[in-house]
Amino acid sequence: MTSRMPLTMFPSGQTCRICDVCAGKGLKRRLVEMGLTPASIIQPLGCNRGSFLVSINGTRYALGKGMASKIMVQPVYEEVSRFG
Amino acid sequence: MRRCHGLAEKIKVAVAGNPNVGKTTIFNALTGARQKVGNWPGVTVEKKVGTKKHKGHVLEIVDLPGTYSLTAYSADEVVARDYILDENPDVVMQVLDSTNLERNLYLTSQLLEMGTNLILALNMSDRAEMRGDDIAIQRLESLLGVSAIKTVANEGTGIEALLDSIVNKTENKPPKPHEIGYGKGVEEKICALEEILGYDQELSKHYPLRWLSVKLLEGDENALSKLSSSNIKGKVHDYLSDFDNEEYEVEMADKRYEFIGTLLPQVCTTCAEDVSPSDMVDKVVTNKYLGIPIFLTLMWGMFELTFAFATPFMELIDMFFGWLAGAVTSNIETAWLASLLGDGIIAGVGAVLLFVPNIFILFFAIALLESSGYMARAAFIMDKLMYTMGLQGKSFIPMLMGFGCSVPAIMATRTLEDEKDRLITMLVTPFMSCGARLPVYILLAGTFFGRQAGSVIFGLYVLGILVAIVSAKLFRTFLARGQPSPFIMELPPYTKPLLKDSLRHMWNEGYLYLRKVGTVIIGGVVLIWLLAYFPQGAEYGSAGSLIGSLGKLLEPLVAPLGFDWKIAVALVFGFVAKEIVVGSLGTLYGTGGGEALSSALMADPGFTPAIALGLMVFTLLYVPCIGAVAVIKKETGSWKWMFFQAAYSTAVAWILALVTVLVGKMIL
Repeated sequence: MTSRMPLTMFPSGQTCRICDVCAGKGLKRRLVEMGLTPASIIQPLGCNRGSFLVSINGTRYALGKGMASKIMVQPVYEEVSRFG
Repeated sequence: MRRCHGLAEKIKVAVAGNPNVGKTTIFNALTGARQKVGNWPGVTVEKKVGTKKHKGHVLEIVDLPGTYSLTAYSADEVVARDYILDENPDVVMQVLDSTNLERNLYLTSQLLEMGTNLILALNMSDRAEMRGDDIAIQRLESLLGVSAIKTVANEGTGIEALLDSIVNKTENKPPKPHEIGYGKGVEEKICALEEILGYDQELSKHYPLRWLSVKLLEGDENALSKLSSSNIKGKVHDYLSDFDNEEYEVEMADKRYEFIGTLLPQVCTTCAEDVSPSDMVDKVVTNKYLGIPIFLTLMWGMFELTFAFATPFMELIDMFFGWLAGAVTSNIETAWLASLLGDGIIAGVGAVLLFVPNIFILFFAIALLESSGYMARAAFIMDKLMYTMGLQGKSFIPMLMGFGCSVPAIMATRTLEDEKDRLITMLVTPFMSCGARLPVYILLAGTFFGRQAGSVIFGLYVLGILVAIVSAKLFRTFLARGQPSPFIMELPPYTKPLLKDSLRHMWNEGYLYLRKVGTVIIGGVVLIWLLAYFPQGAEYGSAGSLIGSLGKLLEPLVAPLGFDWKIAVALVFGFVAKEIVVGSLGTLYGTGGGEALSSALMADPGFTPAIALGLMVFTLLYVPCIGAVAVIKKETGSWKWMFFQAAYSTAVAWILALVTVLVGKMIL
């Protein structure tokens, strides 16, 4: 699990997986309800002056930097190599 | 669930769903032209209610605000949830986006748990098909035990079937609540809670106990408040205090997605991975360097176009009212009546009606941008800027709506989850230049800045944004300390702007403007006429008339800015509605509106380009109209904030107008 990192640090264009959300209860639930569930595959599409654009299942979300820094992700290829 | 007997009883239908799934389009298609907007007693958020007769039944259809789940965060989500829970609609129709079933079914799972009589409208089914999704609708129906209908709301596909389905639903027996298995550990807790809750008869009558137990386990505060007057309250608290509900909350959400995860492959097969053109457009539009320039260019283009397209229409309207006023005054012999009609009503109303083409074109352009999906991107682009000023990107949407009219914009702050964010956004939204200020700019910029008028007007809009942003920073620092709440927003896919919808939006907004002309503004101009006409003997609208005396009284307040008594009067009446600033200048210069007023202003040596610019700045920033002030009172629930907003904005207006005039005198 060495490659866990906040979404803010993940290079855009690569695919990653949400592994944890380090946020308070309300926020965590909010994310889940909007479809950003743990283990979902997420594609960062780019960053605009600190705000992040990500795609999950073809739906685009805008995330502020504060929010994005609380979402921990790990690259998908890592997992494949670990299990495969 | 109530059953419908005979014709007289209304069938109550609630339209629920995630944001951006087309609820309102479905609602409009279902109700046709009968919709009205109503404020409901006891709640602060608007729901749209419409009625429809179908097969001998009367359907009362309620369009609820968009919500991702039944755990309420923001003011508008509370409304959606409370309506379903407390009003007990006969049918709940959930509108789903067929291209994003997984996320949408999360709400479905909660509606099923609540035991609502559910109908699913699988909207945007054409887009799903185009993408290669195949949704087995009958399988979905039998697995969930609900009715489901594919719809394409903007083409009217599936609407009849929805209506049939509503009527069928109420005629047949009500469903039993659907249960999602949460796993042994959680189920035991749910059962235990259900048993405790069962001791309260009242509670069992009103709410599905399993649902309430689930919510209590999740630590839902709203659910806890339902117990506040119950005798089992203590027991429930004791029971809940034994464990950490945060854990359960996430676990249950996972289970719901698990349930959806097993359901989906059985009903929907997707062939193609979605490579949407939206991604490509977003790469450009939301680009780090291009985003803001593109946004500003679009806005600037919008005002330029508004100005260019509207001019010929304005000339025609001006000619017509000039002719009408002349015809009336020369054909009516009673002097006072001729003056009331000609100088008062026709000139005053004409001066305001002159701007109808601008208003219509501006609203049309805003509607096009909104329906294309661009406006949500604007919020994303502005998030960083908003954040540094103490707000979040989502606050930008009400502020953008403020370009149309502050009243709905202030109401739109209800989508903000955080109370402080909401208060600050409400206080600064009136700085966004609303449609009613446009006539003032067009008159003054058109008169004094000729070909640069479009750019001057654009500059005023930008100034409004800047003042709003700086004020937000001040409020965040001194009044409502804390961090803005984290920004997260779903961006709708880009769509071809719907011409019909945009035209309807344009008409609705434009109609409000016209109606205002018919009520508030006629009242205002008649009052101004009375004050200008009396006392008898004084020349109409002169310094010797009542209005002149009033103006002279107020003149010292604005004299440092270089404004004379006429401007003072116009600004006072502008509080009623900003359009009246133009109408009252028309009265005071004795010209009516249009060309004649322009010439009179040009000829007035006291009215220089610098003064005109200062007056525009003042009009932009000072106390918003009476309607906006009233809605601030209503939404904040406090006189204090209302008076604060009025005083603050007027002070800012005074200072910035002074600066404008002083600088203007040097360079113009």
